[in-house]
Amino acid sequence: MGSMRVGVVGASGYVGGELLRLLVGHPKIEISTITSRQKAGEYVHRVHPSLKGFMDITFSDMNIDKLGDTCDLVFTALPHGKSKEFVKDLYGLGMKVIDLSADFRLKNPKDYVKWYGWEHPYPELLSKSIYGVPEFHRAEIKKAQLVSCPGCMAVTSLLAIKPLIANDLIDTEHIIVDSKIGSSGAGSKANAGTHHAMRYGVIRPYKPVKHRHTGEIEQELGLIAKKSIRIGMTPHAVNIVRGILTTNHTFLKRAVHEIDLWKIYRTTYKNEPFIRFIRDKKGLYKFPDPKFLIGSNFCDIGFEVDDENQRLVALSASDNLVKGAAGSAIQNMNVMLGYDEMDGLKQTPITPV
Amino acid sequence: MKKDCNDCGAEINVPGDSMVGEIVTCPDCGANFEIIEKSELKIEVKPAESIGEDWGQ
Repeated sequence: MGSMRVGVVGASGYVGGELLRLLVGHPKIEISTITSRQKAGEYVHRVHPSLKGFMDITFSDMNIDKLGDTCDLVFTALPHGKSKEFVKDLYGLGMKVIDLSADFRLKNPKDYVKWYGWEHPYPELLSKSIYGVPEFHRAEIKKAQLVSCPGCMAVTSLLAIKPLIANDLIDTEHIIVDSKIGSSGAGSKANAGTHHAMRYGVIRPYKPVKHRHTGEIEQELGLIAKKSIRIGMTPHAVNIVRGILTTNHTFLKRAVHEIDLWKIYRTTYKNEPFIRFIRDKKGLYKFPDPKFLIGSNFCDIGFEVDDENQRLVALSASDNLVKGAAGSAIQNMNVMLGYDEMDGLKQTPITPV
Repeated sequence: MKKDCNDCGAEINVPGDSMVGEIVTCPDCGANFEIIEKSELKIEVKPAESIGEDWGQ
């Protein structure tokens, strides 16, 4: 069997570049088409300098028919709200599509009005789209034609909280997600707040309430709890380029000990190749910290119990461009195509960075 | 020889040539244990004394 031909739509952004970085190392695929309206005709390395010597392909203009002819599977890495039209057309051609925008993450069309401020024009596609977290929906992803990759902070938080709800350990009325994220999480489009002078050194709470990732966290945790769940989420832009740390504050319904939590997390994520547990009494790495997973598809999870306040702090870290975007997308592709889930994703983290 | 960690339940490998008084460490959570009894059939450990790190700076 020949290589699977894949295309990347919107390949000039940070997520598109990360997809290319990971895909060039994938043993079973060939990158056949990459598109960018702004960079059409330009060589990849002029936009993503680190890829020089790895690819000599140029960006193409977006053409649905050409994608249909040259690709078996397409990643769409377009901004939120821009992706939905292309995804609808590619889906209509019968192609496998992995969307990295938010346009197909939420199941309830009303949630698009609530969290994104627009009516979803293709609500029928929302029920066809699978939320792309293999640790939650592997069997559905395997059969899916359309997979929607999760928000970077959402997936990082979800992976830490899921076991606590699945085991009925915590009060689902009081969950607080405190997230810190690096500058690449804001994408490659500049604004006044992204200039070095304004961005360097910040700890900027940029949406203290009602951040849009809240919607997908509530959706997915609600499926596990089998009831509606409300989350309080506060993200902060911090002074790193890549990386997310989520500090998830939860409140225990009953007393638990460290050994119980180890058992719950190990049981939940048994055989998951990209989950590591970090709660070490020795060494440099005692609790999750994105510094020690940059460039990899890992989500590191740790925990600590505050027994005087019945508070359980579940910590999780990821690289927002990998497990938070391109790595998840490739993991989803591997599941959809029946490949080894680690194909193209065996990078060890870069340290120090 | 194997021993379960008292803190996290992970399996600690105790080298065959280890002796009473030696410290073994859990690979998952880093807890230290002192070997207090060892024979061909069983091994007993107790939490080892350790000095905590000050993270307050």
